[in-house]
Amino acid sequence: MHIPDGFLSTPVWAALDVAAAPAAAAMTRLAQRGFDEKRVPLLGVMGAFVFAAQMINFPVGAGTSGHLVGGALLAMSLGPAAASVVMTAILAIQALVFQDGGILALGANVFNMAIGGVLAGYLPYHLWGAGRGRRVAVFLGGFLSVLVAAVLALAELQLSGIAMPAALLGVSLGLFVVSAVLEGAITLAVFQAMETLHPDFVRQPAGNRSRTLGGLGLAAVLLAVVGVWFASASPDGLERLAENLGIAGRAKAFLPTPLAGYQAGFIQAAWLRKAAAGLTGLALIYAACALFGRWLAPSRQRSA
Amino acid sequence: MHHVVLEQWSRGQSFLHARDARAKIPAVLGFLILVATAPAHFEPLALICFLLLIAGLAAARLPVMAALRRAGVVLPFCAAFAAISFLAGEPRRALSLLEKSYLSALAVLLLVGTTPMPQLLRGLDSLGAPRFLLMVAQFLYRYLFVISEQAQHMRMAGRCRGGLAGRRARFRAAAGALAVLFSRSYERAEKIHRSMLSRGFDGRIPVLAAAGFQALDAAFLAAWLSVCLLLRSAA
Amino acid sequence: MNPVIEARDLRFQYDDGTVALRGVDFRLYPGETVAVFGANGSGKTTFVLHLNGLLEGQGSVEVCGLPVAKQNLAKIRQKVGIVFQDSDDQLFMPTVLEDVTFGPLNLGLTPEAAFERAHRALHQVGIDEAAAKAPYHLSAGQKKRVAIAGILAMEPEILVLDEPTTFLDPPGQHALAELLRGLPQAKLLVTHDVEFAAALADRAVFFEKGRIAGEGTVAQVIERFGWSRAVIPSTG
Repeated sequence: MHIPDGFLSTPVWAALDVAAAPAAAAMTRLAQRGFDEKRVPLLGVMGAFVFAAQMINFPVGAGTSGHLVGGALLAMSLGPAAASVVMTAILAIQALVFQDGGILALGANVFNMAIGGVLAGYLPYHLWGAGRGRRVAVFLGGFLSVLVAAVLALAELQLSGIAMPAALLGVSLGLFVVSAVLEGAITLAVFQAMETLHPDFVRQPAGNRSRTLGGLGLAAVLLAVVGVWFASASPDGLERLAENLGIAGRAKAFLPTPLAGYQAGFIQAAWLRKAAAGLTGLALIYAACALFGRWLAPSRQRSA
Repeated sequence: MHHVVLEQWSRGQSFLHARDARAKIPAVLGFLILVATAPAHFEPLALICFLLLIAGLAAARLPVMAALRRAGVVLPFCAAFAAISFLAGEPRRALSLLEKSYLSALAVLLLVGTTPMPQLLRGLDSLGAPRFLLMVAQFLYRYLFVISEQAQHMRMAGRCRGGLAGRRARFRAAAGALAVLFSRSYERAEKIHRSMLSRGFDGRIPVLAAAGFQALDAAFLAAWLSVCLLLRSAA
Repeated sequence: MNPVIEARDLRFQYDDGTVALRGVDFRLYPGETVAVFGANGSGKTTFVLHLNGLLEGQGSVEVCGLPVAKQNLAKIRQKVGIVFQDSDDQLFMPTVLEDVTFGPLNLGLTPEAAFERAHRALHQVGIDEAAAKAPYHLSAGQKKRVAIAGILAMEPEILVLDEPTTFLDPPGQHALAELLRGLPQAKLLVTHDVEFAAALADRAVFFEKGRIAGEGTVAQVIERFGWSRAVIPSTG
């Protein structure tokens, strides 16, 4: 689910842009350890592969068909960090060229699919991919990658105050589960075909080295669980949550614009506050990227 | 394919095409923020924004109707949520969802339709986005067409063979096709790498410096952002 | 006259155990054009990949007197320009101009000097007008020309062309032959296309099972080994 611009409330998209920028930069850095600039063509071409894979239809029944989303499959073949970079690049190209997903919402989409989805999709493979439960792990990876991404997106929409009656919420969760099962089945089928064709393509789950990534994957799944709870608990979004928790009075100034600090009396107009939140968010993203760029520069020269 | 059309648009010549990507990117971001932070009932503002974008499309000599249709790809998704909001008794929010997402998509289309992808990526590079990520995006964009064509051939071949097979068999055939596509893509990446090495690649992809950021670019950016700010404060 | 390429008793085995080269001796002299025939899997492509150090086997390869070894690779890759079979593998940059300047920039030239070389190379292959285009807007013939321009911009002394006619229609093949005829470099044409080779090559060698099984004029080689053995894959 690619969230377009105009759906998320300012605090939500701004906060997620701020969260996704350093996370994507960290993933890029991790990926560069295993894949220096020499491997750029591989990651780029695999991104094109995921795009093209959407043209191959998998029959589901009743005249409908589905296609591969790919985050988990990439994580199991290229490794989670590289997969995350590829998915980020895909989301950026989709937003720019295909108007699939927004630009301000890019942070949210990257956070949901390229980070949350990929890490959650890698988690079962990381835990059980080497043993007898391999097939289950692969299926579960595909399943989780889609489910976690979808639930995070749903929670973000709810946070932004897009009201959804409980019945409808149940239906959409049901639909998510169906498409997650489909992704699990497709991932497993393609994975097995790849193993037969060329066993080298499938990566053995890494040992201790990527324990952090396993931990992050677990965090992504937990976050999605919180998302489900939140989505069902708070039909009216952030402000209702704040009220429910009884912190409305004190936190109202803070919560709707987590990037507060500029809410001092001299900025009166509500829209100015929101604009300031947006601009501050962008400035932070910019600063984070620039810093990470600096940080990356020496390692880039080393690899040259 | 859509990105080929956009590519052709982006190679046109106009005042907007001639502007530096480093001016156009912040300009579009400013516009997106204007739209995103607008209150739910902002019809007059939405109309002005819409006219502004149409003026932009016309100034860029892009086919206006085609662009309007293209930006409509966001509508089905939005319509679903708009319907939900409408049913939940929030018709205003429903309308604003549609307006905001459509205007945002149109603005992005105007940026990408007047800026060739290499310039856009170079602009993002000089605005601080991670180089490695941009390089991956550049290769992705370059090979999108090549790999898609292969996928199309496979789909055709699959249709020729699998008309009568059961669902299970077709499912498995599709998985096999993807595995083959994966392996071909992998091999292609290796051949690309080989041809890069053959031309003296040492691990750094040379990036041609962008042309200078002119006073006109600065003026354009300043004017555009002032208009956005003005519109926003009027709303 | 010293050869520009000299391979002596070159042997190579892939990681999976396939023996691809079993002792190849070969010389290429300045200005000559040599056709390389042989069935798929006979070791032609493996041989080509040794000429600029993409693969390293046993035995020796020298390029313009320099042994192909790690410390000489930068120089050797400037001297030996390989044009690969699928132009899409070679045109990886977003525009033609950026692609043709890729090599010169890697040689350490300034952007201005790289542009100058690129424009000269594009002019030489006859497609000056394509400089700003994206590779996928080009025809197969144009792509091949741009790929050759990307190599010429490195100012190499040897051109190696791997199956250059594969994706070209007959007029395109003819135009390519004309273009190559006008280039002064020593050339190695790896091909199944006997007509194309006959039009350009001074002599031919025939690869079979990882060895050069014979050489002579194109006509002699084809007569001795037969059309079918040259184009139908053999095992091993």
